[in-house]
Amino acid sequence: MDAFLMPLIGGLLIGLTTAAYLLLTGKVVGISGILAQALFSKDRFLPFLFVIGLIIGGSAYGILVEPSQPFPEMRSPLILIISGLLVGYGTRLGSGCTSGHGVCGISRLSPRSLIATAVFMSTAIITVLLTK
Amino acid sequence: MYAIITFFTGLLFGLGLAISEMTNPSVVIGFLDIFGNWNPSLIFVMGGAVVIGMIGYIIRNRRTQPWLADKWYVPTRRDIDKNLILGAALFGIGWGLSGYCPGPGLTALTNNPMEGVYFVGALIAGSALFHFQNHRNNG
Repeated sequence: MDAFLMPLIGGLLIGLTTAAYLLLTGKVVGISGILAQALFSKDRFLPFLFVIGLIIGGSAYGILVEPSQPFPEMRSPLILIISGLLVGYGTRLGSGCTSGHGVCGISRLSPRSLIATAVFMSTAIITVLLTK
Repeated sequence: MYAIITFFTGLLFGLGLAISEMTNPSVVIGFLDIFGNWNPSLIFVMGGAVVIGMIGYIIRNRRTQPWLADKWYVPTRRDIDKNLILGAALFGIGWGLSGYCPGPGLTALTNNPMEGVYFVGALIAGSALFHFQNHRNNG
């Protein structure tokens, strides 16, 4: 299987899903925002359903198909906790993550999302450079 | 109806993440490792998603309202402020440390639960910290 075919199919599916959701409900798909709504908003039923769907969809395929690279062995809990805190706080402070800024925002050429994506890609690349 | 749409949007989005292997932090870190053993495959995820997303916005711009709602809820801010830059910078550091952004991190609860519980617990704590900090400042 072409190494780029599956990522392309996955990306097209993500694009179709976010475009259909936009045209049907008028909303963008931003996972960090939806998670915050599921936790803290008064109307948490729909965002909660979204998160459950996401977890089922994100796991179903992995059960059926062997990954091209193995999942990492259990890494240090401290690293995972620091990472989770930075991702959780940073995405709220910066109003979005890979989905909200990286996909939905770039799709409509939002200047905020273009800048945010350039910044988080840069700091992520530098972090990997320094930690590998 | 809304519940079904929302659930299936989450389901198909998660499936897209899994098919493209964004749910696997080894692949994500390989993608971010541009100065090392770079694995560029995830460019095609974002490329594919953005091309279809742009078509979605072209259709949106020709319509006065969504099919099932009375108005658009698309963010309209255009100002570049300190919070946007600082938040994105912190998020990128966290993403680079583990290879998990929020969506794939949530799927780690089932794909790699030993890691998922730590990451998602901290993800929720970080989100909660911002929420309560903000709440207090506004109140």
